[in-house]
Amino acid sequence: MAVSSRIVALALITAGAVGAGTWAAARYLSRPARGAAAPPAAAVQAPEAARRIKAVLYYVSADGLRLAAAERDVLFAEHASEQARRIVEALLEPAPEGFSSAIPAGTELRGLFVGTRGEAYVDFSGSLRTNHPGGSASEILTVYAIVSAITANLPAITSVQILIDGHEVDTLAGHVDLRRPLPNAPQWAEKGTT
Amino acid sequence: MRARSLLAVVLIGLAAASVARPAAQALRAAAPYAVLSADGRATVAAVTAGDQEMLRLDELAALLQLTVREDRAAKALTVSRGTSVVVLSLDQGLASIGGKILSLSAAPVRDGSRWLVSPDTVNRALAPIAGVRMEVRRASRLIVLGDLRVPRISVQQEPGGPPTRVAIDVAPRAAYTIVQEPRRLLVRFDADALDVGPISSTSGLVQSITSDDPATLIIALDRTVGTFRAATVPVDAATSRILIDLAAAGAPAPSPSGLARAQPPPPLVPAAPPPAAMAKPEAVPALPAAQPPGVRTVVIDPGHGGDELGTKGAGGVLEKDLVLDIARRLRTVLDSRLGIRVLLTRDDDRIVPHDERASIANNNKADLFISLHANSSPSASARGAEVFYLSLDGLGAEARRMVESPETRPVPVLGGGSRDIDLILWDMAQARHLSESASFAMLVEEELRRRIEMGPSPIQQAPFRVLVAANMPAVLVEMGFLSNPEQERQLTSDDFKNRVVQALVDAIVRYRGRIEGQAVSRLP
Repeated sequence: MAVSSRIVALALITAGAVGAGTWAAARYLSRPARGAAAPPAAAVQAPEAARRIKAVLYYVSADGLRLAAAERDVLFAEHASEQARRIVEALLEPAPEGFSSAIPAGTELRGLFVGTRGEAYVDFSGSLRTNHPGGSASEILTVYAIVSAITANLPAITSVQILIDGHEVDTLAGHVDLRRPLPNAPQWAEKGTT
Repeated sequence: MRARSLLAVVLIGLAAASVARPAAQALRAAAPYAVLSADGRATVAAVTAGDQEMLRLDELAALLQLTVREDRAAKALTVSRGTSVVVLSLDQGLASIGGKILSLSAAPVRDGSRWLVSPDTVNRALAPIAGVRMEVRRASRLIVLGDLRVPRISVQQEPGGPPTRVAIDVAPRAAYTIVQEPRRLLVRFDADALDVGPISSTSGLVQSITSDDPATLIIALDRTVGTFRAATVPVDAATSRILIDLAAAGAPAPSPSGLARAQPPPPLVPAAPPPAAMAKPEAVPALPAAQPPGVRTVVIDPGHGGDELGTKGAGGVLEKDLVLDIARRLRTVLDSRLGIRVLLTRDDDRIVPHDERASIANNNKADLFISLHANSSPSASARGAEVFYLSLDGLGAEARRMVESPETRPVPVLGGGSRDIDLILWDMAQARHLSESASFAMLVEEELRRRIEMGPSPIQQAPFRVLVAANMPAVLVEMGFLSNPEQERQLTSDDFKNRVVQALVDAIVRYRGRIEGQAVSRLP
């Protein structure tokens, strides 16, 4: 009895997580991103075939010490993991005018996978590490540009672990502990969204 | 026009998805895996997809009572047994169990309505939730379930002779008996089954070597065989070698000393400790008296080293060289002027793993850990020093629980009784020193501010890897930005280096005074 109720509970939790992911993908436009001053406007700009949503992405601030939030159009996806993938892909594109990217050039997304505890595993090509300029400030900006972009836009995902070439890594450049999923840390972002 | 470009995006996406899918590879049938369990033998079908061998998940699920569910939207397979769940990514070789990620050699592959998984997926992702011990042996195409003893056996007949020599390697070691019957030797192992590898061709007095149930090797002998001798020698910690020498009837018996070159066979089970070891000590050594608080040992950690350069300045200055220089200067001052024992985590240009850096401090009972770094930013204008202590962001609930309610457990002590010790997870040792680390960081910041330029957020918390396992107050100092050309020139000047050193020395002196003062004020 206890086992079967646990199974039912598990099924409900799993269904709830999937539902939350779908809800999040459809609804996250209506909530303010953490660190953002105002909620981004809901916007489904294209017909069903290529719906786009506005997501808050993170770039290097003018002083080079913090992340600056900027709204970008990102392809809509039904499921949280697919939406997270599209957000990261948008983050890897060249930064918009007036911003610089916190992600080293040439970095590719190899895969993205969401575990049972709302933790996303984001697998990048080795250039995320080999092309990294080093320094803890740069490393913090790279790591939290990724963590923040996913967690601030998708409430169903609460933490992010960065993998390189399919493997866990200690750090990217010798500072930030990447051995476990990291929750968002809004203190690295400037207040306000462009 | 817009609709056409949207269509193109969708088509490109579909094309990319189809290229990325491993299921597109042709599947070829392979020999099945045998499954050994307490219930007997079964098989699991296998196929090869490219170079990768894959096993039928539905058959494994039936054997292990696993439930498999595909989540198409999340592109994942959820495999569960009771409340134990593993999620397998369908895109790449990744699995998640209880919030921990595993890298696997391949993602599941679809074969019609069935799923196929790699052998390491079975070993590393399914076995932990199956509730039974489980081992996939690819070489012998064998899956062992439960606590069965199935040693690997490899057999070789050594060339030359007489005498004819057969060598049998057994891993893990297993006891055996040899029975001589007419024209054959039976080698019976104390095991549930044998995992028999290739057997080299036989000649001379040996006609064939085969395996038979239960756990027996049969060595068929030429009719001229008269006697045999056997000995066991160790190969490595887990493997033993049985040497069997055969002599023809009428020939001299094989020499025992020739076997195993006179090495005594190793015990097959660990010997019981001698009674003396169990004797109660006559005198109970006193526990060392606790030292009064103070700063006796400081560990300085010059960041990076060896091939790990750290950051590089616009003018070519390497972080790893700069921080080593300053660490050595700091050691000289602390040692000569204050008599503090100073250890460097590296005193040359080499890579030191993060855990080893913390170990040096922990094993030497350091009172402070100071990691020295130079910074870099994508913006050339970024400047100023910063002092960091650990944030628990990356460590999860366990670390927070340790801070809020440190756990103690009674352990027996020599002479009877018990005393409580703090339970510290090595990997999170810093969690309980955070408040002291913060107060030391403030002193370092105050002393640096008097001498060099500080950044806009001079004290910060970050989940820095090198601080996590330090079991004492610990800070990481970023002295300035090498990415800023003006700061790069400053950082490499003797004047700047000496200012940093003096600031750290003064911070340590103030910290020492504070904790010694606290200790004095606590005295009755």
